[in-house]
Amino acid sequence: MALSKRKKAMYMRYAMYVVSIAFLIVVILFIDWERLGNAMFRWNIVKEQFPDILTKAAKNTVVFTVLGFAGGLSFGLLFALMRLSSIRAYRWFAATYIEIFRGIPLLVTLLILGFGIPIATGWKWPNPYLQGAIPLSLVASAYMAETIRAGIEAVPKGQMEAARSLGMSYTRAMTTIIIPQALRIIVPPLTNEFVLLIKDTSLISVLGVTAATKDLARFGRDGVNQTANATPLIVAGLVYLAMTLPLTQLVAWMERKTKAMSR
Amino acid sequence: MDGTQDKGNEPMSSDVVVSLQDLHKSFGSNHVLRGIDLEVTRGEVVCIIGPSGSGKSTLLRCVNMLETPSSGTITVLGRELTDIDCDIDEARSKIGMVFQSFNLFPHMTALENVAVAQRKVLKRNTKEAQETSRSLLARVGLHDKENSYPAQLSGGQQQRVAIARALAMNPDVMLFDEATSALDPELVGDVLAVMQALAQEGMTMLVVTHEMGFAKNVADRVVFMDAGVIVEQGSPQQVIGAPKEERTQSFLSSVLNH
Repeated sequence: MALSKRKKAMYMRYAMYVVSIAFLIVVILFIDWERLGNAMFRWNIVKEQFPDILTKAAKNTVVFTVLGFAGGLSFGLLFALMRLSSIRAYRWFAATYIEIFRGIPLLVTLLILGFGIPIATGWKWPNPYLQGAIPLSLVASAYMAETIRAGIEAVPKGQMEAARSLGMSYTRAMTTIIIPQALRIIVPPLTNEFVLLIKDTSLISVLGVTAATKDLARFGRDGVNQTANATPLIVAGLVYLAMTLPLTQLVAWMERKTKAMSR
Repeated sequence: MDGTQDKGNEPMSSDVVVSLQDLHKSFGSNHVLRGIDLEVTRGEVVCIIGPSGSGKSTLLRCVNMLETPSSGTITVLGRELTDIDCDIDEARSKIGMVFQSFNLFPHMTALENVAVAQRKVLKRNTKEAQETSRSLLARVGLHDKENSYPAQLSGGQQQRVAIARALAMNPDVMLFDEATSALDPELVGDVLAVMQALAQEGMTMLVVTHEMGFAKNVADRVVFMDAGVIVEQGSPQQVIGAPKEERTQSFLSSVLNH
């Protein structure tokens, strides 16, 4: 056996191609395409989903996402600054908050805050959008706080020293010098958080929504119940993709750009 | 601190700009400054030399309280910075500092770098700040670079922008922390020339440097530090030309004969 290492690697690559193509052929030949199409992609049902899936369901998903993101970003910035504070109690509080909300599944948080608190206190959520968006933003803020903190810490220490040596206060230095630089670092990961939020809004439907506040996932599920067919879920999935794919592409583009700049 | 003195109104002998008294600084168990006494008078150029780790940068960073001393007092322009009631931001705006690593703000053009603190700290309006900044950039030989970002400038140009940025606050004293140590050898001269011009205009300067030529030609006084204490100080002719202390002699022979 006098196969050189590189030759071996070359034959290995050929073998991989052959295996993948064989697998594809098997899948194409042995799947019952008609049955699959009937159960999951009936054109007349696809058409029935429109326009409500966009004008109502997708709109609600966007509203939940934007509310959750705005709240998450504001609280996230607050907790990030608390984590970096020189006051021990602030650091401790923010760290505890972050660990708790990152450690509990969103579904559980939604149920506790959406149902548990009203039952325990007699207080009612004034608005079904807030009932979903506030627990969502509390969890999002825990993740974003860590992202923002990492971004602020990535700004070289000399920047703060230079700003302070010019007579700027800590707050002034943060707002004019540090945070603008940190933002450039954290925009790609924050966009990823936004994509995660879009998908996480699908959990809000466990809170029992009205027809007016149905999100995309709930709209798809209800469609399945009405039509006894999986097509509405497939369409809902495609609408999610239409929202998330441009954003993930944007992140990839931004990351390529920063890489090119730092070269 | 002497409780019998009214520090706020005490008239300092008018020409003392920086006064350090029995300054100590420790980082954990590392005792970096071990009792420094130093006075710098108005218009004086003081160069601090010494081996790395001798505490010279820490000393300089204490003068504007970027490092808080463990004990001792720092008085700049009659204000005691180590006093808890002292408005440190206000005091710092009168103390210019130039760093080894430039520390320009990378998201701002050269002009904005020089203008930002004038607007945010001195509350000058944008137009006035820009005019001042332009003339300062011209003064350091960079009138044609006002729209360049730091990344588009050479190290020497960046350091000159940093000097202009510090001068924009009309400081009473300038601190230079190894301002040329990060520069390619061919760019050192431009920065030293700006520093020398500044010295000739009468700026009070405290310069931590490895440039023995600069210390020899520009300094009014040379301070040699080692192991956290001032070992020897005096005119450049005395300290560099004819050092008395053995530690000064061995340091100088190692930097001058390589």
